[in-house]
Amino acid sequence: MTKFLAILIDGSIYASWLFLMGLGMTLIYGVMRILNIAHGSLYALGAYTSVSLIGFYYATGTNPPMLGYAMLPLAAIAVGLIAGVLIERGILRFMYGSDEVVMLLVTYSVFLILEDIAKLIWGVDPYFAYQPYGLLGTVEILNLIYPVYDFLLIATSLVCAAFVWWGLNKTRVGKLLIAVIHDREMSMALGINVKIFFMVTFIIGATFGALGGAVTAPKVSVVPGLGVEVIVLAFAVVVIGGLGSIEGAMIGSAIVGIVRAAAVHILPEVELFVIYGVMALVLAFKPSGLFAGPEVRKI
Amino acid sequence: MTTILETSNLSIQFGAVVGASEISVAVNKGEVIGIIGANGAGKTTFVNLVTGYLKPSVGIIRYMGRDITALKPRKITDLGIRRSFQIPQLFSEMTALENIMTAQSLAPKVSRSFWMPLLQSDTVNRALDSLKLFGIAEIANQKVSLLPQGIRKILDIAMATVGNPQLVMLDEPTSGVSAEEKFDIMDILMDAFAKQEVTVMFIEHDMELVERYAIRVLAFYNGTVIADDNTQKALADSQVREYVVGKELHRTNFS
Amino acid sequence: MNIQKDNTFRTLTFGLFIVLVFGFFATDWLRFLVQMSLSTFLVVLGVMLQMRAGLVSFGQGLFYCLGAYIAGMAGYFFGITDVFILILAGMAGSILLSVILGFLMVRFREIFYANFSLALSMILYGLLVKAEILGSTDGFNVPPSTFIGLAPKGDTLKITVFVLTCLIVYIVSVVLNRYLNSTYGYMGDAIRQNEIRVEYLGASVHRVIHRIYVIAAAISGIGGVLTAIAVGHVDPDLAYWTTSGEFVFVALLSGTANVMAPLVGTFLLELLRTYAFEYSPYTWQLILGVTMLMVILFLPNGIWSIGAKRRAGN
Repeated sequence: MTKFLAILIDGSIYASWLFLMGLGMTLIYGVMRILNIAHGSLYALGAYTSVSLIGFYYATGTNPPMLGYAMLPLAAIAVGLIAGVLIERGILRFMYGSDEVVMLLVTYSVFLILEDIAKLIWGVDPYFAYQPYGLLGTVEILNLIYPVYDFLLIATSLVCAAFVWWGLNKTRVGKLLIAVIHDREMSMALGINVKIFFMVTFIIGATFGALGGAVTAPKVSVVPGLGVEVIVLAFAVVVIGGLGSIEGAMIGSAIVGIVRAAAVHILPEVELFVIYGVMALVLAFKPSGLFAGPEVRKI
Repeated sequence: MTTILETSNLSIQFGAVVGASEISVAVNKGEVIGIIGANGAGKTTFVNLVTGYLKPSVGIIRYMGRDITALKPRKITDLGIRRSFQIPQLFSEMTALENIMTAQSLAPKVSRSFWMPLLQSDTVNRALDSLKLFGIAEIANQKVSLLPQGIRKILDIAMATVGNPQLVMLDEPTSGVSAEEKFDIMDILMDAFAKQEVTVMFIEHDMELVERYAIRVLAFYNGTVIADDNTQKALADSQVREYVVGKELHRTNFS
Repeated sequence: MNIQKDNTFRTLTFGLFIVLVFGFFATDWLRFLVQMSLSTFLVVLGVMLQMRAGLVSFGQGLFYCLGAYIAGMAGYFFGITDVFILILAGMAGSILLSVILGFLMVRFREIFYANFSLALSMILYGLLVKAEILGSTDGFNVPPSTFIGLAPKGDTLKITVFVLTCLIVYIVSVVLNRYLNSTYGYMGDAIRQNEIRVEYLGASVHRVIHRIYVIAAAISGIGGVLTAIAVGHVDPDLAYWTTSGEFVFVALLSGTANVMAPLVGTFLLELLRTYAFEYSPYTWQLILGVTMLMVILFLPNGIWSIGAKRRAGN
């Protein structure tokens, strides 16, 4: 029974983390049809920035400890705005309309560039920012001890999911965004300023990516190379759910989260393969993912 | 008269749209059939179903007695059915000549090689002959992306006729071709097909072409076949008049 | 109708002589650089082969690393140092793995293919890092090679390995060039340009892609073996995504027009890398990334296209 609970809780925590990482990627793909490989470095930049801000905040020792949590979204927004604008306006917008593979190579190049920029700004030594993690202490559930911070992670991803759902379904802007997702050309013909939508979407997607990193930073040591694992995992999650589908990303994260937690508790050796196993299995039956839209006729 | 192609109860749906509904047709060897219907009536869907690009939800397709319903386009090509496309499907970065050579080298029963270069004098000459047959030899070395639509259409058909097919399905063979050339192209095609006893089914919107070359007509509307008869009778059918052809003042009426 | 004669074979043979002569007289460092670029060149050829079919492999390092580790483990654990056996073993291992993985890979295109290849190479990386017996992140050393019973030492060993590398790369290039000009070779390009047409013409797209994937894996494996022998050491970095990124970089820079194109590209890469790491170690990825962007924006067909335009103009 305890094992089952452990799998459930661990799975939920991991799923929330996956969802935060996948959300930005699937949003950008859904609207702009760009698979942003640089997403991993946005995550890394979010982590580094958050660590710096947290370090800066707690350094003086005179600031109220609880307000330190504001550093996390702050870091995410900072990275999202700066990196997002620079990448979208500076590079991506010249390449709209290109082949998907070309866009892939472009975002891959950006990934390479940002990896080094992180090294240039922060160096290669690991960074730690444990305060937000430690401050909340631990909680005991049926003999299992969990850091409260992990539940903050779950809360964050639920808030983000709710925010996106509300934004897409309850606001006028959201409805227009859905139109752009479904048919870019038609939206332009109807007078929607697709360019602005692209820019704003990219910034929001980048912010979510950075938020993933910012929120994870207090739990790990932040080192170069943090981002590459993210791309592979985020891609797996997003692909299982169907590229461009937010609900898909949620379901995908949940599935992968639970399955991986089960693997860790039952047969740890297969942990690495389990995620790709699920992906391969889903894609074997539904090549576009669980919630992908209908295929357009080509001939 | 041997039946070369037979479909029974062929149906498919795309969400809420009926692509095909209970299509039962029997085609005899050597016939030339015109397929007519308004846009979206299901003509191309029919071709897609028969050639294996789409899988029907209900129904069977038989070719020379053999059930080909579940086969992929590749297998169907092997068996002797070819098709041309509404939007020409060409190899965009190759020249017209390279397109034909690739088609010829991939034809069933042609030996493929890992070692011998594709560009050799006999493969090149054979490809040129094919282009000459269709009257487009002058543009042999031009990249297809630079060719006008009509010539791309002809090249698409030329690629479809490679390798001695027995049943050819042409999807709007003359759309995009200039009015003066339409009859010339069709003459060349139909002559070549007749000589080789190829069964032809062609989708057309130009009724003059249908009258001149088709001995039988299949009329589509909303995914169903509303008329299946010899050309004169089919074109005079009241439903065909209403949904496809319209009441026309025919040219020959003034002879 | 004039058929353009393919000069590649002549150029390659001529090039082989030049490189061999050069190898005898060059300094150790320079010869080693050329040797390294030759083995990297093989992996780039693998990437290029897939690119011609419209598929980008962000994880070619998988087979590169596999080949290297097979060669290393054969020598380190089993005492097998014969070069020819190692090459065959590396090739066999890569072929076996790629045949199996190929069944999965052929179902994907574009972003899926690229990401899957990245994921697979990172899985290998993760496995190797965790493997204590293989030295984890440090890797292990590869014993010196032997040549059918002969065990040269010192300078003779170095020259022998160099000559062998040149010969193997030459043979692979000639064979691959023949392949690309054949019917089967054209199929790869045809798939990139119009998959539907290829299926309708009677060829199996899946089978063609599978074939390409396996051939690319085989030559990357050989490249890995040659690297292991040249450097005398293997470590998991061979499978890391940035290593694979370098292969993509060169393939992009050189373009896919001809097998010879990446030769210059890999040599420039090795040269650039040596100096970049000496003067500014944290900017290597930056340089690669920026150069890639420039190439994508201004030279979409790679550097080879500049020469090609001039030749066609004549």
